[in-house]
Amino acid sequence: MQKQLTLLIVILTFNSIFSQDYFPTNDGIKFDNTNYTAFINAKIYSSHNNIIENGSMVIKDGKIVSIGEFLEIPKNSIIFDLKGKSVYPSFIDIYSKFGVKSPKRSSSGRRSPQYNNTRMGYYWNDHIRPEQNAIETFEYDSKKAKELIQNGFGAVNTHLSDGIIRGKGALIALINNGDSNSIIDNNSTQYLSLSKSVTSSQSYPSSMMGVFALLKQVYYDANWYSKGSSTTNDKSLEALNKNKNLIQIFEAKSKINSLRIDKIGDEFGIQYVMLGGGDEYERIEEIKATNASYILPVNFPAAYDIEDTYSANILQLSDMREWNQRPTNLSQFEKNNIEFAITLDGLKSSNNLKENIIKAIDHGLTKGKALEALTSIPAKLIGRDDVIGYLKKNYLANFLITSGDLFDGNTLIYENWVKGNRNVINSMEIKDIRGKYNFTVNNKKTVLEVTGKIDKPKAKLKDSTLSVKKLSYKGGWINMTVNDDSNFVRVNLRINKLDDDLNGKAYYSDGRVDNIKVDFLEKHIVNDEKSEQKNVEEKNILAVKYPNMGYGFDEVQKSQDILIKNTTVWTNEENGVLNNMDVLITKGKISKIGTNLKYRNALIIDGTDKHLTSGIIDEHSHIAAASINEGGHNSSAEVTIEEVIDPEDINIYRNLAGGVTTIQILHGSANPIGGRSAIIKLKWGENANNLIFNNSPKFIKFALGENVKQSNWQSYNRFPQSRMGVEQLFVDYFTRAKEYDILKKSGKAFRKDLELEVLAEILNKERFISCHSYVQSEINMLMKVAEKFDFNINTFTHILEGYKVADKMKEHGAGASTFSDWWAYKFEVNDAIPYNASILHNAGVTTAINSDDAEMSRRLNQEAAKTIKYGGLSEEDAWKTVTLNPAKLLRIDDRVGSIKVGKDADVVLWNQNPLSVYALAEKTIIDGAIYFDKERDKKLRNEIKKERSLLINMMMEEKNNGGNTQPVKRKFKKLLTCESI
Amino acid sequence: MKNIFKLIMLIAVTSSQLFAQQTPGNIQKEAITLLGGIAHIGNGTIIKNSAIILEDGIIKACVDASRSKIAYKGEIIDIKGQHVYPGFIAANTSLGLVEVDAVRASDDQQEIGENNPNINSLIAYNAESKVVESMRPNGVLIAQISPGGGRISGSSSIVQLDAWNWEDAAIKKNDGIHLNWPNSFTRGRWWLGESRAYKQNPKYSEEIENVSSYFRESIAYLSGKKETKNLAFEAMSSLFNNKQTLFIHVEDEKGIIDAVNFSKNFNIDKLVIIGGYQAHLISEFLSKNNVPVLIQHTHSLPNFEDEDYDFTFKNPKVLIDAGVLVGIHTGDASNFQTRNLPFYAGQVAAQGLDKELALQLITNNTAKILGIDKRLGTLEVGKDATLFVSKGDALDMKTNNLTIAFISGRKISLETHQTELWKRYSNKYQSKD
Repeated sequence: MQKQLTLLIVILTFNSIFSQDYFPTNDGIKFDNTNYTAFINAKIYSSHNNIIENGSMVIKDGKIVSIGEFLEIPKNSIIFDLKGKSVYPSFIDIYSKFGVKSPKRSSSGRRSPQYNNTRMGYYWNDHIRPEQNAIETFEYDSKKAKELIQNGFGAVNTHLSDGIIRGKGALIALINNGDSNSIIDNNSTQYLSLSKSVTSSQSYPSSMMGVFALLKQVYYDANWYSKGSSTTNDKSLEALNKNKNLIQIFEAKSKINSLRIDKIGDEFGIQYVMLGGGDEYERIEEIKATNASYILPVNFPAAYDIEDTYSANILQLSDMREWNQRPTNLSQFEKNNIEFAITLDGLKSSNNLKENIIKAIDHGLTKGKALEALTSIPAKLIGRDDVIGYLKKNYLANFLITSGDLFDGNTLIYENWVKGNRNVINSMEIKDIRGKYNFTVNNKKTVLEVTGKIDKPKAKLKDSTLSVKKLSYKGGWINMTVNDDSNFVRVNLRINKLDDDLNGKAYYSDGRVDNIKVDFLEKHIVNDEKSEQKNVEEKNILAVKYPNMGYGFDEVQKSQDILIKNTTVWTNEENGVLNNMDVLITKGKISKIGTNLKYRNALIIDGTDKHLTSGIIDEHSHIAAASINEGGHNSSAEVTIEEVIDPEDINIYRNLAGGVTTIQILHGSANPIGGRSAIIKLKWGENANNLIFNNSPKFIKFALGENVKQSNWQSYNRFPQSRMGVEQLFVDYFTRAKEYDILKKSGKAFRKDLELEVLAEILNKERFISCHSYVQSEINMLMKVAEKFDFNINTFTHILEGYKVADKMKEHGAGASTFSDWWAYKFEVNDAIPYNASILHNAGVTTAINSDDAEMSRRLNQEAAKTIKYGGLSEEDAWKTVTLNPAKLLRIDDRVGSIKVGKDADVVLWNQNPLSVYALAEKTIIDGAIYFDKERDKKLRNEIKKERSLLINMMMEEKNNGGNTQPVKRKFKKLLTCESI
Repeated sequence: MKNIFKLIMLIAVTSSQLFAQQTPGNIQKEAITLLGGIAHIGNGTIIKNSAIILEDGIIKACVDASRSKIAYKGEIIDIKGQHVYPGFIAANTSLGLVEVDAVRASDDQQEIGENNPNINSLIAYNAESKVVESMRPNGVLIAQISPGGGRISGSSSIVQLDAWNWEDAAIKKNDGIHLNWPNSFTRGRWWLGESRAYKQNPKYSEEIENVSSYFRESIAYLSGKKETKNLAFEAMSSLFNNKQTLFIHVEDEKGIIDAVNFSKNFNIDKLVIIGGYQAHLISEFLSKNNVPVLIQHTHSLPNFEDEDYDFTFKNPKVLIDAGVLVGIHTGDASNFQTRNLPFYAGQVAAQGLDKELALQLITNNTAKILGIDKRLGTLEVGKDATLFVSKGDALDMKTNNLTIAFISGRKISLETHQTELWKRYSNKYQSKD
């Protein structure tokens, strides 16, 4: 919207004379300017809901002295008559980087990652920087300030955008009079983010879960430090303790991160203010439940340019939906009564603010709320609504003078006053000539209608033979070219200050010149309320789905009573496989198995010629998580996948289509002691919390071999680099954990250490290990280490040479979770054989087949069948390798893993013997709710097709109507594996 | 007595550990008759009670034993109730070129440089690879071994998987040249701070022009006196005289159309698309132009979030239904996974493709596409006696269970490094009992 033109506008700034009274004067006589400035006859928005129709305001020394309807104006006032104009509080952006340069990225140029910190006297982790203070590196940026002022801003809360804890922000008034005047407050906010400092290459934390764990540890350490328990000084912890009572603003940047971060806050009694991502509308109830206030961006995506049909193919429905739905984000907050401020963050320039706010208003945001979100709410969120955000007595004189309704596209901001400093953006001298006029040219009498912006009006003639070709309005003159059939008439009109009628001349193409008079009829009326309503109704906004993407459901699935009739049931119990049986599911549980069962109102599913099994359980998965490895340290027991579950991974749905109902999302194998895992049910459409298996047993991932030695990538400085070192690392950590646990139990003071807490859980047999392992020596080693510390290794995962030590594993009591037939991908799997599972099984070891792979996991039934080919397992035993056995390994076999009365109704209906390559899952049921249904899947496919073409048409329309577009791109969602770092 | 036998077995097994791999089978000296098997011919038909005669490495007869009376020859092997298949053919593999993925020293599949038409994969083929021998117990007996990397990667060859060295392995030397078509989409260079998102490749046209230019240069060179030899341009000649197939690796719709038109412009008759992820969108165009597709193996994920979850499972079927000649390639799988080739085909049958048609995806169709169908791909008379017998349906992992296999009439070992370890450790625990 007129971007280029607004940039050309020159802002005239009139600095009032501020002299600081204790400063000596050498350039003249010392005086104080005691004059007042008064603004009269204006429509003043003291706040969004306190409007003084014919108000006056008096300011002095940068502050509002008085404001109201009937004011006595002091005699020594300079008076501005603002008849017909409006006055608003100026805007505040509280997520700003104004004047604070981000530091440069450190160029380590190292061959290996850096594990140690680089600072002395600060916290051990370089990314924790609460000691930073925005004001220390603040430098007033006149160019940027000009742009902000021109777009209505009077103050910004800026910060140093670097590090996880980023230190104090500063509230800056946009006047360039030196810090003394521009700093409003330097002690009200602290900023945090999920991103590391660019000034350090310190590896830890390398993942989002690592960030969370680090944050928690810092909070514990700060508390411990405040009690004087540390023998050394730590400037970071000191600063953090000082900043404790400030307002904490967290850069979340997405709905899911806000939910994750809020949980951390809850643990420590901190209510963060969240910087949103614009997608919060997708789960607005959960967002509301965080009780946080939000700072929201208005960077609504432009339509994709899909003229090239080939490129349209790669567009994802979720991205197109975003384009369609994101403009409703703010109105959803308003409807749900969630407090929010608006930020410029995410916009290319503040010049794009207004068009996007108008877009949000078109999508249901009220103008009042928009104003609030730009003025009083941001002031409140940073705790300074005692000085800014309103036009009230004693508040800073930060206000805008506009030609009318601030959020009308045609309204001009005339002036932006900051702390009493006048900035002229558009001259108030420009007369508003918009309206209707009697207009006669070439003896044709018609009506001239002038609309549009005050400084750039548009004109229309109500005559079929006449049209306005061009109009310019400058310096009190209108120059207009009128098309009269095929002839041009040039018309010049002069504006009268006092008279609304216009006078001028018409120059015809044949050389004739007429004097013309244009008589004023009526003023142009800007419709606001009505058109607002209309726009909302006209918009075709798609309903949010669960999750909000292709294959999302209209609503979260609920459990129902289901009776599956006359089917072949693979019980995984003593009864084995039963033919022609009925299975009844009620209240999410398997309630009856028998023949001729009946149940009132149950959904009947005919299982004739089909096979019913318990759902597949994948002991080793890496889908549905935002991060998998915390490789920044050789031990990362403090991190947990539960904090980074991604419930919107399409692979959840694809796994369901392969009959998978439960998975363990394991930490990767980047380090010997990995992180805690998450055991989840694949309840597509639910939120992250609801995916987590109820009362799930506690697990942690360990790893051995090439990956933890970092053999296959360039890293030579992290211990351990050999299997010898791996063993000592375990012994060391368990020794320390044991000492820690003893100290903790003794009741003496101790420094809470998240990592050792988790390791102590293992020693106390409350947490179980699933250990990535390949060769026999290391498998044997870990069992011996465990035995030394009097616990057992629960599961060896991968365990490709397990067959070489099956007897030892049996004796130790360890289970095996292995690939069916993988090998040859690295040196340590040279002796991996597909007969591994059958040998282990035959040796009496509980053996499961896992995937460690988003593709294989949806065909685990086939992988199980390979144990028949390789080693001759019976069909029933083969089937247990992906159901009952993994359930046992995960210690959830009392709940899932077989079809038994009382167990969770996690079942799959197959079109034939599930071990066959030809078998297809037709229905996948979890806790009695149907999450995959082949018939419904067909419908969803059609819906996706329809919706895609609907949205493509809508985007084409937007493009054809001159809307902004962006080139097609597809978000990259990395498929995570064991080795993803 | 039994224990002594076990002991001998054990010694035999352990001592065979000294040898890296199984000894290749001897040349067929005596005729063999396979009697009573369910023969899956590979051309879409089945003979339920078959008699197959192998002689001099060739299939001499393949008939319905219940109807035709022919004289059985040589050793008669009763395979009643078992299934007979032509040896499976894996296209576009790294077999024998890569031994262990993560060990750089064992990887000989990629060369540096943009255009290497003169590179030949065959001479790097390790006939004694442990990965190669692990193919045979699953029925994969023939493979195309392809170089990778650059724009023009070089020439592939076709080998049989029971050989002493690359020379006796070769079935067809330098069968085709592999060209990696420019991507019409690229991903941002995230390590330079760009977005990881996929976007249109701004250099797409330029990159195509570079390929065209290279082809034009080759033609110009070949038309001249060639006073100074240019190995690379020389190698291009077999493309222009249609002695070699041009294998273009390309996945997207636009790229496939551009690749086909490119080949037409250069009068290249033998064109095969490898990849063809979006070929289904232009199947009519492909069948009209007689362009076959070696499609990505089916155990892969859809590329796009909105695509059917079973898109990759059924993609070959969709193309077959549209009249395109389709085989399966395993270039995107790890070397060892190539042994799952039969199950890649089985996966398509699960989507409703007739099982005998699914079988063709890894036999007759692939043989045709690779230009070896005169010798391989079906159990028809006159073809190589390269076939195997399985106790059950070989496309299903539940029942794929080989009892005998032949390559050119040579009875080959179905043992591997892996079966040896299996027996050794099974025995270890059994002898404990």
